[in-house]
Amino acid sequence: MSSADRTFTASVVGGSGYTGGELLRLLCAHPGAEIGQVSSRSLAGQPVHGAHPNLRGHVDRLFCVPEEIGACDVLFLCMPHGRAGAEIGRWMGLAPLVIDLSADFRLRDPAQYRVWYGADHPSPSVLGEAVYGLPEVSRGRLPGAGLVSGVGCNATAMTLALLPLARAGLIRRAIADIKVGSSEAGAEPSAGSHHPVRARAARTYSTGGHRHLGEVFQSLGELDLDATLTAVDMVRGVLCTAHVEPTRPVELKELWKLYRGAYGGEPFVRIVAERAGANRYPDPRVLVGSNHADVGFAIDERSGRIVALCAIDNLVKGAAGSAVQSMNIALGRDETEGLTFPGLHPA
Amino acid sequence: MSQTTTTAAVQSACPECDASVSFSRAPLNGQVTRCSDCRAELEVTSVSPLTLELAPEVEEDWGE
Repeated sequence: MSSADRTFTASVVGGSGYTGGELLRLLCAHPGAEIGQVSSRSLAGQPVHGAHPNLRGHVDRLFCVPEEIGACDVLFLCMPHGRAGAEIGRWMGLAPLVIDLSADFRLRDPAQYRVWYGADHPSPSVLGEAVYGLPEVSRGRLPGAGLVSGVGCNATAMTLALLPLARAGLIRRAIADIKVGSSEAGAEPSAGSHHPVRARAARTYSTGGHRHLGEVFQSLGELDLDATLTAVDMVRGVLCTAHVEPTRPVELKELWKLYRGAYGGEPFVRIVAERAGANRYPDPRVLVGSNHADVGFAIDERSGRIVALCAIDNLVKGAAGSAVQSMNIALGRDETEGLTFPGLHPA
Repeated sequence: MSQTTTTAAVQSACPECDASVSFSRAPLNGQVTRCSDCRAELEVTSVSPLTLELAPEVEEDWGE
């Protein structure tokens, strides 16, 4: 019996936000998934398609309150950061596989959690059980996992851009310049997301020390790496352009070999480093809606600097898509189930 | 006397990215092709041994 013949029930806690909606979009087309319950305290009793109009006719459910969520096969937590960490025991009692898309279980070390999130973790004893949900770095730990974390979208872009270089010991120092779309800020409005402020923006909002760096260091090891983040006029998308001072001179052919070696077998990572055409390097626009990550690289011949790039859709590869990919692996299913479609073009 | 024509693909490596570049027919001097990985435009500069070199390309420059 193929994995597609086996079905499972997936419920979502906190399904009214953008990652919850994206998760439901992916699950409703997944060949093995049956959507169970979807909770939202503020929208309880209302149809899911009221919050996610793209799901009209696809997800025929009413939001329930979180307390009504019952047993299921897979439980996704899409609550604000901090909530899952405090309530994890209750949720793990409802499903053999819990996937938390918040930041609460991304870092294994409680001390590192304190460094990057400025508070003690509410359930530090559970941190060691959680598997970081980026298959490209933790695939071997996912099968049979009971608790999987989501990923930070900026962390995902940095990690995938730099992973081949880090593994080869080629990074002496790196600065990641990251451009982000407005959906990264979530569904709750703020002064920074107000349309007159956010539209047409090219607004740097973090010049260093972003908390997603903690995830990158956990995945790639300690690096001399910092990041600047700039809000640009996209709804979806992250583009990481990392400027790397290498530990030794490198030729382009060696980079091809390293990136092919790291990603040649990855179903959702594509190398985009072309000498011709309008899309020579990764562009998040062609990834809208897809679980692909496009990575690219170049060498500045004058300085020897490596430019390593990665583009993703922050809501898919940077959140719900990696969560579904991790779920597939954890359940022993085909890793690509429900995720093989390309992005939109033009978008 | 009959002649045997070999139909085996002729291969070489892309000088830009080292990907395998194949020709279904015997390449000719001056023939231009593209690498399927990095899309570099390549020119056959010798057929024996088969040698590929990067063809000159117009650079995109928006830095005015």
